[in-house]
Amino acid sequence: MSEHQTFFSNLKCRECGSLYPKEAIHICEFDFGPLEAAYDYDLIAKHINRKVIESRPQTMWRYRELLPIDGNPTVGEQVGFTPLVRADRLAKHLGVDELYIKNDTVNYPTLSFKDRVVSVALSRAKELGFKIVACASTGNLANSVAANAAAAGLTSYVLIPANLEKSKIVGSLVYGTQVIGIEGAYDQVNRLCSEIAGKYGWGFVNVNLRPYYAEGSKSMGFEIAEQLGWKLPKHTVIPMASGSLLTKIHKAYKEFIRVGILDEQSFSVHGAQASGCSPISEAHKKHSDIVKPVPNPNTIVKSLAIGTPADGYYAIRSMTETGGSAEDCTDEEVIRGIRDLAEYAGIFSETAGGVTVACARKLIDTGKIPRNESIVLCITGHGLKTQEAIHGHVGEPRIINPSLREFEALIANDAAVLESGHKS
Amino acid sequence: MPVQVRIPAPLRKLTNDQEIVETTGANIGDVLNALNAAHPGLIERICDEQGNVRRFVNIFVNDEDIRFQQEKATPVKDGDEISIVPAIAGG
Repeated sequence: MSEHQTFFSNLKCRECGSLYPKEAIHICEFDFGPLEAAYDYDLIAKHINRKVIESRPQTMWRYRELLPIDGNPTVGEQVGFTPLVRADRLAKHLGVDELYIKNDTVNYPTLSFKDRVVSVALSRAKELGFKIVACASTGNLANSVAANAAAAGLTSYVLIPANLEKSKIVGSLVYGTQVIGIEGAYDQVNRLCSEIAGKYGWGFVNVNLRPYYAEGSKSMGFEIAEQLGWKLPKHTVIPMASGSLLTKIHKAYKEFIRVGILDEQSFSVHGAQASGCSPISEAHKKHSDIVKPVPNPNTIVKSLAIGTPADGYYAIRSMTETGGSAEDCTDEEVIRGIRDLAEYAGIFSETAGGVTVACARKLIDTGKIPRNESIVLCITGHGLKTQEAIHGHVGEPRIINPSLREFEALIANDAAVLESGHKS
Repeated sequence: MPVQVRIPAPLRKLTNDQEIVETTGANIGDVLNALNAAHPGLIERICDEQGNVRRFVNIFVNDEDIRFQQEKATPVKDGDEISIVPAIAGG
């Protein structure tokens, strides 16, 4: 890797293609379209191939040329390269042949995929000279900004809906960040943040740094392709809040083909939402690309409760372009999804992972994902962060005194004991 | 019929820094044309070449998004408040 070579030249409007300098800006001045990093793919193709990537440390930065910073990463150098787990017991349970879990519940350092985007956003924030960084968040992003900013010596402000899960609030406070709880839904937090970003010279990772931040999600797609043996899964099921992760995984797959790391091959990306806030899946099911905002999201899946998804239109386009589908599921189905993932794959996911599993089940049962094709489920955050959502749904411990007699009486009728035929 | 239109900061260069512009029209299409007559260049920022409201621009009549009414044919009446709001990124 060249130490100081840059492979992205500009920001570019996704709507009209106007080029902009690589600054802390995120909207086209002319038509208000979102700006995105533009790369020199021919140059990148000359610099990386499978061998070069395989020789590098196992972090998301092994795909450095396809991430939008100028120098080497200075924040979150250890992030990414989470396990891709073949989940045969869960596959059997869902009635499919080949199923994998992309397990970002163990992403470093804050146990969600957000460490990927924050690593890029804060590395870029330092390149642009910001001293104060901030975000609007449903929880995971706040945790990640707080932790990574602390490690990098940046001051941070995180703005969240005041009613978030306690563990997500504590998981920000502990890093010494300034946590501001807003009495309102995420979309109101977001609107306030764009006003603050316009007024103060702060680096808001998902407002004025969004063109850099969002690209970090591509690393999840790059890793899936590499860990699957340099090929794409036929189906990738991805949770949608703003819709950004889905569009970026789609982009990652296309970029690997564009720079010659993968051969041309067909794949589908599918989106998953909770029924209490499913504006993207609703629009896609109606074959519309107009996303109708949900003014009052109502679901236990707070991390996906974005009523006005910024990338909804592009997420729909990605699903349509790749022959993918969208689904949504009830809170009961979310809990069942969390339990299935835990009981059949040994992975404890937050509520968003329950959405992914539940929606994958529907897509399989309705034939939108054929049972004999390869499937990757993107599991994006750890279950310890949203424990209160499943409290009361996973049983209680059985309490006894420290006595062998009481223990034996307790387990005498347990199925496992009866089956093993063990006699005392 | 007089209506008030709230202009977002990025477009105020075209309205001599006025945040609220009073204009007239029977529906949103009329209002946009009248705005453009008074402040040339405004309409191409709000509508694409086909005349449709751009994807990342929202227009609200009394807080109701015209996309879920009759788009540019959405009627307006005396005293209505119209807001032009660029879409918000985030998430």
